Amino acid sequence: MSDQVDHSRRRLLTAATVGVGAVGVAFTAVPFLASWQPSARAKALGAPVEVDASKLEVGQMMKVVWRGQAVYVVRRTKEVIDQMGKHDALLVDPGSDGSIQPDYIKSEGALRSIRPDYWIGLAVCTHLGCSPLGAFEPNNSAQVTGVDLGQGWPGGFYCPCHGSKFDLSGRVFKGVPAPTNLTVPPYSFGGDTRILIGVDSAPKKA
Amino acid sequence: MASFPEIPDSGERSGFSQWINERLPVAAFWKKHLSEYYAPKNFNFWYFFGGLAILVLVNQLITGIFLTMSYKPTAAEAFASVEYIMRDVRWGWLLRYMHSTGASAFFIVIYLHMFRALLYGSHRKPRELIWIFGCLIFVLLMAEAFMGYVLPWGNMSYWGAQVIVSLFSSLPYIGQSLVEWIRGDYYIADATLNRFFALHVAALPLALVFLVVVHLAALHEVGSNNPDGIEIKKLKDAKGIPLDGIPFHPYYTVKDLVGTAGFLLIFCGIIFFAPTFGGLFLEEPNFEPANALQTPPHIAPVWYFTPYYAMLRAVPSFLGTQVWGVLVMGAAIVILFFVPWLDRSPVKSIRYRGPIFKLALAVFVVAFVMLGVCGMKPPSGIYPQLAKIGTFLYFAFFLLMPWYTRIDSVKPVPERVTGHA
Repeated sequence: MSDQVDHSRRRLLTAATVGVGAVGVAFTAVPFLASWQPSARAKALGAPVEVDASKLEVGQMMKVVWRGQAVYVVRRTKEVIDQMGKHDALLVDPGSDGSIQPDYIKSEGALRSIRPDYWIGLAVCTHLGCSPLGAFEPNNSAQVTGVDLGQGWPGGFYCPCHGSKFDLSGRVFKGVPAPTNLTVPPYSFGGDTRILIGVDSAPKKA
Repeated sequence: MASFPEIPDSGERSGFSQWINERLPVAAFWKKHLSEYYAPKNFNFWYFFGGLAILVLVNQLITGIFLTMSYKPTAAEAFASVEYIMRDVRWGWLLRYMHSTGASAFFIVIYLHMFRALLYGSHRKPRELIWIFGCLIFVLLMAEAFMGYVLPWGNMSYWGAQVIVSLFSSLPYIGQSLVEWIRGDYYIADATLNRFFALHVAALPLALVFLVVVHLAALHEVGSNNPDGIEIKKLKDAKGIPLDGIPFHPYYTVKDLVGTAGFLLIFCGIIFFAPTFGGLFLEEPNFEPANALQTPPHIAPVWYFTPYYAMLRAVPSFLGTQVWGVLVMGAAIVILFFVPWLDRSPVKSIRYRGPIFKLALAVFVVAFVMLGVCGMKPPSGIYPQLAKIGTFLYFAFFLLMPWYTRIDSVKPVPERVTGHA
């Protein structure tokens, strides 16, 4: 046996040991990190909900809960529907290109809905997740206490946390912190006023 | 100049104490860190806050442990269990108010402790690591405080968690799945509360205590700075003891008792007479249970986060993302770590610095307080504008530091510490 220490062999063995150990640690970390993902129960509770909107009057809104989040169902007035395309210049993303919604909603353009009168969207501000308030009356700039919504307000939502403003299709105005339009969840109609949130609509027949 | 008598230590031990010390270096530890740890003799008021931070940490640990004995970390029971602590558990109200007031007290003493470092250059060579460990403690403390705020499951707890967790969603590509991973559900849910509880009572306190130990180990290796910013180890007597040094125990243990008494007077005053501190320490919407369908009309974090929250709001979103505000807020914390290298002045202490640094520090303090106020107010009127100015000044203080500390005039630094004693 030689007294000489083979340093390069020792370095290689050390590196190999550290390497194998690191791989082991990485694999061991997976179950710990993955345990933070939504559990099977949380996923199961994310099932669709059915909304009966028959009692919703024109110009009113109701809130329902889907996956623990509030979803707004708004019945828009004819005035609002007619005016919807006319303030596109004030919006960040009038065509909803950078926003989240099903394709069958995006293709509806400014109204962002399957039926023009019912607008459905998540009550979650795209800025930091607060719940925007309804400010539905057009041209009424003082309907939220202590806030001036500005001249020519077309009706929409105002987020009390950081002042983001959206129109009644959930489209965000320029100059506010929210970067994109309110998210529209997948939904479909199972009857005249029965809305299924969480169930995609069948594509329209061309 | 008064002389400080030496405390005789025969070094001889017998019986039980000898038996112990042959097996565990208790006496050696006591000497190294207390009776023969030589601290500069010119410590002033500003040097109370490090010790007070430890006092508050101990307060949080003890009251926290007792609170966990009655608290239930589930979405269904959390709010009611806190009310149970307040109403039915004997002295529960005191435990909880000591803990909630302690959280704010922690930030008060930590902010003053950090300001002391800026005043006297305590972050400068050779104390860079002490500063870095301190910054890490600050970051962990913010995480600890945030998660603790969620636990009562009041409406502000809920929406505060929603806002802060959503910050991560602005990160490109991974944002959404990262947020889902943090929450463990599609919204702030029972799973979120339960894991925040685990982190708040076990993981983060362990990490905090570990960092405090490292912070102190690094401090005791290089020795304490002082209001003159002089290295007392440069001049030593025949025994190798710094000429301007006095043993930490008994001199500073006794002096710190005075600071502790003063602190406890104020601390207890708040606990007994103003535990919510006008909504600053405990916010009103948090006396309502969490409601996933109703955001409080005005969301503001607790006061100690408001300067950074104001920066978050001050930056508008552009290029279709609001990640910029998040980045600015993150950068405001990260930049603290670099202060030891941003400061290029030949002197450490403000006592020997020129007018430019004094002005810069004053402007910084004003900007920080201004940001704190803006962060509490709704984002309308003059406040968004003030927040922008404040953010600009905050960063200017740090980013221009290499320049203004170099051109600033300095006064000659004495050989020995100044002042009384």
